[in-house]
Amino acid sequence: MKSLEELAKIREEAIKKVDIRREREGTRIVVGMATCGIAAGARPVLMALLEEVKVRNLKDVLVNQTGCIGVCRLEPIVEVYKPGEEKVTYVNMTPEKAKEMVAQHIVNGKVIDPYTIGAIE
Amino acid sequence: MEIFRSHVLICGGTGCTSSGSQTLIETFHKELEKNDLTNEVKVVKTGCFGLCEAGPIVIVYPEGAFYSHVKIEDVKRITEEHLLKGRIVKELLFKEAIEEDKIRSINEVDFYKKQKRVALKNCGVINPEEIKEYIAFDGYKALGKALTEMTREEVIDEVKKSGLRGRGGGGFPTGLKWEFTYKAKGDQKYVVCNADEGDPGAFMDRSVLEGDPHAVIEAMVIAGYAIGANQGYIYVRAEYPIAVHRLEIAINQAREYGLLGKNIFDKGFDFDLEIRLGAGAFVCGEETALLNSIEGKRGMPRPRPPFPANKGLWGKPTMLNNVETYANITKIILNGSDWFAGMGTEKSKGTKVFALGGKINNTGLVEIPMGTTLREVIYEIGGGIPNGRAFKAVQTGGPSGGCITADHLDTPIDYDNLIALGSMMGSGGMIVMDEDNCMVDIARFFLDFTVDESCGKCPPCRIGTKRMLEILNKITSGNGEMKDLDRLEKLAKNIKASALCGLGQTAPNPVLSTLRYFRHEYEAHVTEKRCPAGVCKELLAYTIDSELCKKCGICAGKCPTSCIDGVKGKEVYKIDTEKCIKCGACMEACPFNAIDKK
Repeated sequence: MKSLEELAKIREEAIKKVDIRREREGTRIVVGMATCGIAAGARPVLMALLEEVKVRNLKDVLVNQTGCIGVCRLEPIVEVYKPGEEKVTYVNMTPEKAKEMVAQHIVNGKVIDPYTIGAIE
Repeated sequence: MEIFRSHVLICGGTGCTSSGSQTLIETFHKELEKNDLTNEVKVVKTGCFGLCEAGPIVIVYPEGAFYSHVKIEDVKRITEEHLLKGRIVKELLFKEAIEEDKIRSINEVDFYKKQKRVALKNCGVINPEEIKEYIAFDGYKALGKALTEMTREEVIDEVKKSGLRGRGGGGFPTGLKWEFTYKAKGDQKYVVCNADEGDPGAFMDRSVLEGDPHAVIEAMVIAGYAIGANQGYIYVRAEYPIAVHRLEIAINQAREYGLLGKNIFDKGFDFDLEIRLGAGAFVCGEETALLNSIEGKRGMPRPRPPFPANKGLWGKPTMLNNVETYANITKIILNGSDWFAGMGTEKSKGTKVFALGGKINNTGLVEIPMGTTLREVIYEIGGGIPNGRAFKAVQTGGPSGGCITADHLDTPIDYDNLIALGSMMGSGGMIVMDEDNCMVDIARFFLDFTVDESCGKCPPCRIGTKRMLEILNKITSGNGEMKDLDRLEKLAKNIKASALCGLGQTAPNPVLSTLRYFRHEYEAHVTEKRCPAGVCKELLAYTIDSELCKKCGICAGKCPTSCIDGVKGKEVYKIDTEKCIKCGACMEACPFNAIDKK
């Protein structure tokens, strides 16, 4: 160890791997991962979300899975909880849509209406 | 880059390991593989979470779901339900982690809510065998700051200003110790960590070493820089194999990263560490005995002065601190002395770790700000006394401490308050006793321990404690006289005044404090030949209440000496007290609670 910068670099790298254990109060992205969700392809969606959040280094965003959300025919379903805003439910998600959603909704704050449950129903 | 969406933290401390956490880890790996989750879920072995009573403990992040008493067969369910489908398995959670059907994360449970984790900050959060995880949680940042931005004097000043006092029991101001050793003249100086934790029921230092070994290593390097030493020793008992193993790993990793060795942070400062194993003699926790033991001599204390700060290891200036003391240092350097001094009471700053044991619901490790009351620790964090029994006393300070009664439960915990009550902080053992504990027997237990552990060098301790134990045995066997109580008190005071080291000087404390608060129990043993708590065997007589006896004969069948007579269905049973060996088997067997001991 030769300098504070060297230590900081190691820390930056290492934090990415343990970040999940910190408490946070930011946005929650929840993927329905019951039997219906998994069968409809929720797993690749979840992984795409995780990857996108990591790549963009979004520190206060938590990606998590949940059980059956209830509208199994519209799975994979992704719900976004932003503090102080109403919950947004995205349906028929794909990994591509998921990445787009992170960019548009999470980062830029614009809900992609065509993907939401309101547009489909 | 590998991305894990979930981390499964499994306690690898001594407590949970002995209840099978290692097999749990293996089973989790197998189940994850079966469900094709090995790339999504990471299993991490951590240090102690503190709530040992609920072990083995498994925490799942990001939810912070707190599973307790996890069994091998539960792993399949947790994997398939929680990790695969995201449904927390409610009935496997720690009982308090569910309130009105709402799931609470680990930090919201009562046991943790009142705690303030400074020394234990990383315990149960990081994998102690992985230096990168330590670095991720600001590890070695304090060392970097000290070496690159602070002078040696500034480091010592910061420790002094923090008000940190020795956590091993003595409570000596840590900063002063650093300053004395810094000022001591000598070409070679040493830094030593006292990890010879020996109080019955205490495991604070073990948990820190097991859960966060780098915190101690980092602090020792900082100490080395401050006082001008380039060699350190960690004296740890061989009976802490997990702690020793993790320390070895941590030292090697620190060397690999250049955090130990030559020219650390390019500042021309060298420092290295070695582990010295103790064989488990209690007296080696005394600093001069410990130093002798490191030198390879017999672990016996010597008179002070000279203090180790001037004449320690091989006659060189040496600074000794306890594990928990070191564990506070890195946080003081990082957050500043004001932050640390902002916690606690006027003369006792910061937090203290206690090993909570005895008659208490939440046995385990707790860290609280100084000034928290005993009542808060025992009832709010500890969850109170099990089985609806009444609280009688709490013993702090182990064999050197004393008992504190219910009248003093609202006393804020700090060094000086505990001493005023006739006990002491000690290293942090806290044993709770209920109405079924005999205080004379407790005093006898601790004295038995010190008699065993006395090194024999000075007569007050070698002979005096032995005589005290003999008197106590005499009392508990029903042969005591009132004079004996005065003799005990006189002996105790003389030993305190004349013994060579801390072991002897504090050995009479358990007797003195029980004599002070529970003299009536001693008197009952002596004058009435009765043990009020029903513990001292030789004073007990088992009797069968003829009105409650249903003549079933179960007790007679259980009696190993056939001393219970009666006729099944016709005649109540009676115990022949002459033949009775007081084993208690009949009392346990009686379905009608008709048997009493007095």
